[in-house]
Amino acid sequence: MTLVDERPAVSVPPAAARRPRRSYAVFPVHLAMLAWAVVTALPLLWAVVSSFKTDTEILNEPWSLPASPQPGNWVRAWTEANIGRYFLNSLIVVGGALLLTMLLGSLVAYALARYEFRGNRFIYYTFVAAMFFPVFLALVPLFFVVQRLGLLGTYPGLILVYAAYAVPFTVFFLHSFFRTLPGEVAEAAFIDGCSHGAVFFRVMLPMARPGLVAVGIFNFLGLWNQYLLPLVLNPDPDRYVLAQGLAALSVSQGYRSDWSGLFAGLTIAMLPVLIAYVAFQRHIRAGMTAGAVK
Amino acid sequence: MRHGRWRFLAGALVPALVLHVVFVLSPYAQAFYLSLTDWTGVAGEAHFVGARNYARLGGDSLFLDAVRNNAVMLVVVPLVTIGIGLFLASMMHLGGRGGRRGIAGSGAYQIVYFFPQLLSLVVIAVLWGFVYNPNTGLLNGGLRAIGLGGLAQSWLASPALALIAVMAVLVWSSVGFYVVLFSAAIDGIPRELFEAALLDGAGGWATFRKVTLPLVRETVQVAFVYLGIAALDAFAVVQVMTVGPGGPDGATEVIGLSLYRNAFTYGKFGYASAMGVALFFATLTLAVLALRAGRKERLELA
Repeated sequence: MTLVDERPAVSVPPAAARRPRRSYAVFPVHLAMLAWAVVTALPLLWAVVSSFKTDTEILNEPWSLPASPQPGNWVRAWTEANIGRYFLNSLIVVGGALLLTMLLGSLVAYALARYEFRGNRFIYYTFVAAMFFPVFLALVPLFFVVQRLGLLGTYPGLILVYAAYAVPFTVFFLHSFFRTLPGEVAEAAFIDGCSHGAVFFRVMLPMARPGLVAVGIFNFLGLWNQYLLPLVLNPDPDRYVLAQGLAALSVSQGYRSDWSGLFAGLTIAMLPVLIAYVAFQRHIRAGMTAGAVK
Repeated sequence: MRHGRWRFLAGALVPALVLHVVFVLSPYAQAFYLSLTDWTGVAGEAHFVGARNYARLGGDSLFLDAVRNNAVMLVVVPLVTIGIGLFLASMMHLGGRGGRRGIAGSGAYQIVYFFPQLLSLVVIAVLWGFVYNPNTGLLNGGLRAIGLGGLAQSWLASPALALIAVMAVLVWSSVGFYVVLFSAAIDGIPRELFEAALLDGAGGWATFRKVTLPLVRETVQVAFVYLGIAALDAFAVVQVMTVGPGGPDGATEVIGLSLYRNAFTYGKFGYASAMGVALFFATLTLAVLALRAGRKERLELA
């Protein structure tokens, strides 16, 4: 063991060694941890509080609480500033893309992981390699591909492109997952006369559920927060997704100086994700970090 | 059992492959070709110009600003983020008993730290635009409230501070993720090692340097790659938050923003593609260097 300082060994009675002892001052540690928690949470709380203030309060007293809460800000943001529509657009696009990604990604990962055939490795690497290219490189040609297909600024266009860019990681993640699943159950199902498709959908897919949940959460957040692709491929303001709408709003509302409405819009964009996180935080953290740990 | 095997394989692979080829592989391939043309978006009007676009990059002062800013971010953002992340993660563990069990409340801390990771970079950029606002912002308001009004700045309008302000946002938004990641890595270190260090009389710093750090090295390297790639991007935060965007006077310009502007504002698609290729090689170099460094020294646990 050369990792630790080699000092004359002090013989410690085993009992003393096992007794829990606090060898480091805990107070400064808590102070440091608390400090970062404040740095993280304060801007978020501030935005939520500001979304209930009047414009005058926002302009004059950034640190004050609202004298009387203004729920009207939220209504204005949802209806007049179109946050409601952007929210719905995001739901449609991300929902469609997520379903498509999970279906295609799990099919490809399963086929590549459990079937031997010529070109298997080649197909696998074309998917994996795509993860290492910056999306910026594809941006210009992608715009024209989507335009030529007549899909610019349409839901199907965004859904197909979102899915195309989310499938590679899904394949990469689920490939190793399907490899580790035991083969006996599938073989038994084949003997019972199940078709290949039935084995996949009825036997293997349910067994892969933990992996599907992890990568599903990862994909949902990635797609929900997507900005670059819709910015380029979705020029129609009626079809703006939430991130796009909020960015556009922060420019236009700034001119109209409807600060309270913009804070409300920001909070509406923020809260659903944070609430979902608090409810499912263990799953979500596992899903988000799973990709990096691989 | 072999019945329908090929039909299933075709059904499973072909739709995804079509999508992959049409929307991912072909655009990537086309980008390399477009970067050698003077294409401005008119069908059939692309002329081959060789390496001229690349030569022009060298004389484009805004693009050079972008390269410089991305390079600064590439160094600063990973270092600071990983520094804070490792500090907090090891504090959580070292502060506890036996050198490993987390301190009281570390679960709650992790929940809070992770919040920004869930938010879209646009949400984060809009939020921090407010925070930095010179008159109504949280930051200057706070400084004035504690009597340090003299330190109040127009953070995003000052050429000296704007890039720092952008980097602070990037660090703020990613620290939590790496605390969780490093924390999981530290959890994976066998408990006996910490106990041995403790018995040998190692203090907190010695334990961190001699036990924790060598054993989470690989995770730290992964973090460098991820953060480096994020620092080479930084598009959303800059485009939404900074003045111009990319200003003042190129102080926060990034390669992605130059590319976006040249392509979709000026219609210089060939030139923009050359920037994309440059960015690709920067990313590739980063990944290769990091992988190499990873292979050199790998500590095996006996």
